[in-house]
Amino acid sequence: MAFDAYVKREFKQVGTRVARPDGVDKVTGRALYGADMVAPGMLVGRVLRSPHAHARIVSIDTSEAAAMPGVKGIVTGRDFSVPKDEFLADVAVNCLAQDKALYDGHAIAAVAAINATVARDALKKIKVEYEVLPHVTDIDVAAKPDAPVVLEGRALETVPAGMGANVTHRCEFGHGDLEAGFAKADKIVERSFRTAATHQGYIEPHACLASFTTDGRADLWVCTQGHFYFRTLCSEMLGMEASQLKVTASEIGGGFGGKTTVYLEPVALMLSKKTGRPVKMVMTRDEVFRATGPTVSTSIDVKIGMTKDGRITAGWADMRYSGGAFQCLTCEMGAQAAFAAYDLEAVQTVGWNVMTNRPKEAAYRAPGAPQAIYAVESVVDELCQGLGLDPLEVRIKNAAKKGTKASYGPTFDDIGLLATLEAAKKHPHYTAPLAEGQARGLSCGFWFNFGGNTCVTMNVNTDGTVGIAEGNPDIGGSRASISLMAAEELGIPYEKVRTIIADTASLGYADTTDGSRVTFAVGIATINAARDAIRKMCKRAAMLWGIDEDAVEWKDGAAHPAGPNAGKFPPMSLADIAAKSFQTGGPIAGHYEVNADGAGVSFGVHLCDVEVDKETGATKVVRYTVFQDAGKAVHPDYVEGQMQGGAAQGIGWALNEEYIYGADGRLQNPGFLDYRIPVASDLPPIEAVILEIPNPGHPYGVRGVGETSIVPPLAAISNAISRSIGTRLQELPMSPPRVLKAIKGAA
Amino acid sequence: MVKVLLWGSLRAHTDGQAEVEVEASTFKEVLDKLAEAYPGLRPQIERGVSMAIDGRIYREAWFTRISPESEVVVMPYMTGG
Amino acid sequence: MSVTVSTTVNGDSVDFVCAPDETLLDALRGRLGLTGAKEGCGTGDCGACSVTLNGRLVCSCLVLAVEAEGQEIATVEGMAAGETLHPLQRAFIDHAALQCGICTPGILVAAKALLEKTPDPSDEEVRYWLAGNLCRCTGYDKIVRAVQAAAAEMRRA
Repeated sequence: MAFDAYVKREFKQVGTRVARPDGVDKVTGRALYGADMVAPGMLVGRVLRSPHAHARIVSIDTSEAAAMPGVKGIVTGRDFSVPKDEFLADVAVNCLAQDKALYDGHAIAAVAAINATVARDALKKIKVEYEVLPHVTDIDVAAKPDAPVVLEGRALETVPAGMGANVTHRCEFGHGDLEAGFAKADKIVERSFRTAATHQGYIEPHACLASFTTDGRADLWVCTQGHFYFRTLCSEMLGMEASQLKVTASEIGGGFGGKTTVYLEPVALMLSKKTGRPVKMVMTRDEVFRATGPTVSTSIDVKIGMTKDGRITAGWADMRYSGGAFQCLTCEMGAQAAFAAYDLEAVQTVGWNVMTNRPKEAAYRAPGAPQAIYAVESVVDELCQGLGLDPLEVRIKNAAKKGTKASYGPTFDDIGLLATLEAAKKHPHYTAPLAEGQARGLSCGFWFNFGGNTCVTMNVNTDGTVGIAEGNPDIGGSRASISLMAAEELGIPYEKVRTIIADTASLGYADTTDGSRVTFAVGIATINAARDAIRKMCKRAAMLWGIDEDAVEWKDGAAHPAGPNAGKFPPMSLADIAAKSFQTGGPIAGHYEVNADGAGVSFGVHLCDVEVDKETGATKVVRYTVFQDAGKAVHPDYVEGQMQGGAAQGIGWALNEEYIYGADGRLQNPGFLDYRIPVASDLPPIEAVILEIPNPGHPYGVRGVGETSIVPPLAAISNAISRSIGTRLQELPMSPPRVLKAIKGAA
Repeated sequence: MVKVLLWGSLRAHTDGQAEVEVEASTFKEVLDKLAEAYPGLRPQIERGVSMAIDGRIYREAWFTRISPESEVVVMPYMTGG
Repeated sequence: MSVTVSTTVNGDSVDFVCAPDETLLDALRGRLGLTGAKEGCGTGDCGACSVTLNGRLVCSCLVLAVEAEGQEIATVEGMAAGETLHPLQRAFIDHAALQCGICTPGILVAAKALLEKTPDPSDEEVRYWLAGNLCRCTGYDKIVRAVQAAAAEMRRA
């Protein structure tokens, strides 16, 4: 769309650090999250979960529980018909098991009762007869032909014959002659890596309040990244029309990809339907860990060849991903992203999905990319070490740029990788002397970003203020950036604009808040809704002036005659036009609907300094700097926030976070005490350096920034630790016992 | 005719060709013609694909124009977190 | 069995009836409608439910509601004086020290308790004091800056 192409301009408000509109509510405790809503006559719902990693459900006897005083309703998988669509069926089966429990924590039944105590007691009275089956939680074991089979018949047509039944997908990307490439190399390094599954770790557990009425309508209040998608999933699972289900997004206490799919919501709706009363369900932290969104666990082989002067001649990777007990295509994203930062003549990546008895994978910030890029960036670093080359110079020498054929196929347009690398090179961090015992690591990162479906309605109020309705839950300040873009385009102060997130009955469809899409795609829709409102306001001004509407132009928040021939009239402000709107044809509103493309890929570079305690194996990150291309930072504070937050999550992934399964197939660490996310005293200040290389696909040049920042920390820290202890680490997390073992092994 | 570049594993359904030619002038025509000429691609097309046209990635934009000299790359359907 | 509890919350005398095994967090949220304190874990690991009990910082998920009898509780809802935000609240907005905001009430209560004891903390003291309050969005950088800005403002006042 030519209309949406980037046009260079001087910004007046975009790029300023205004106060976010939801700030006061959030610092006073007034903001309402998933668990904060109540309804008259509300029941409390609780879920019974499988204690087994893999078991056939022989029978479920709910009679004793149902007879308990205060128990109002019970549901099991039998209350839902399994959708025909395989993807939807998996989502439904994950919400409530059908014939098999597929992982420790898989939901088996749910109770609605007058309070939490009764509901909890009732769960104990539900008798489930299990036939325990052999299980497998390790990806490399699960890939073997003789492994216990998680589900039969799930392999896609992409899987070659002769593979084990748990291998469900294969994909391959790349170009060029690998053999010739490796032949040109002076040094080749081939290594195998493993990364543990990690959890998004949002502090707010999943929560919802469902209310079904006897005439078949329902309301759902829920913490979600995408209430429109939740409506789609829930209405299909409950066999109701979308219009009859109104979903309202609460404030959301973190998601990072983990709140993009349903768990409790269809169950709460069904319980409400059965009992005729509102039902509130809130997960415990234990349930969040056992039954919701971890990432894939992976096992990856990488081989890279390099010349003496640092030119990469060929890159190859074979990456096995496990998305838990269901089909999962995240390996496609990893296999495409692995070598994206490099301009390569010969590259090949192969991705596989392998089923294990683990929870169903949910997206986590750049899903699939951190693991793949960790493995590639580790090998690049080892080559630099081996050849005595500067790792930043090598990345500059091989960097993908405009005109590079990407490892996943297309030719890159304007991308900011080289500028980002140059910024890192110039930054004082890169040349700062290291103290005794410290080492420095760096890594590139990459994510695709996307746009997607978006509606915006912009209402011009008669007092000269503007209300915006959009459909994307605000996960980190997007209401502020949307209001800023509207204010910029309209030419009115930011304070005159209020943006709200509309429920599913009040606005057209909006894709989920994911893919780093909101500031980009809702931004496009907002700017164009403003342009629509401006066209209408110019027309009203033309009517009031008695001139042709083509003779009116909009600048600085007011209609002006377009030239001397249009007539001499003083500018008519938005407020002036709005005040007379009832007399000139009625209320004024701008609208825009789009399925946005052109998001533009995003690159980042992270630098870190670490100190490893050789006695304990504990790593302290002492300095950390993030460099990332934001296209245009609409609200720099929240762009920095995305860069810092992603880095912190990546540091946790690198050093501590992991799903630990016992030999019994049960998750050993389903709590924040044993699944250790970074706390304030674990981290150094994280410096964020924003680069602005305009995205040609957005009118203000915006690129999504939310996901790329989690990608580089894994390798940046691994590279630093490996240099510090003098041996290459090949497994995440680099927890103290693993680092200690590596130190001892090297000695 | 436009040249369409396929990702590696799709070559199994195009007699090993990484690049195929189809008579198409939009996103949707490319997919329709691919499915017609190479039925083995159908399951993947039904699961969803993205398409990079001159370096810009589109997800569902059926009527996006494609000119004979455009660079067209079929990619898996983009997802995110 | 139920127990009647008489206590003071944010300076107001309140009575509520609760079960003997009910947590203070559940009583604040469910009985008194004060949903500012959040339950992130229920095991004292995340600090989202932080309140003060007679001035001492506690995880309200680890305190029984009946223990509040005759005591003084302070929650995030009591931090602002009418329309005037506490300097910490203002600083958190000005320094973008929150993204999703779910940890913010607990962190504000904890930071206030810190500054009452230690009006001029080092960054390290802030980080160690707040180590019991998990934030998954920010990486803590802007939180530390906001606490220091508020501390400086409070020292000037």
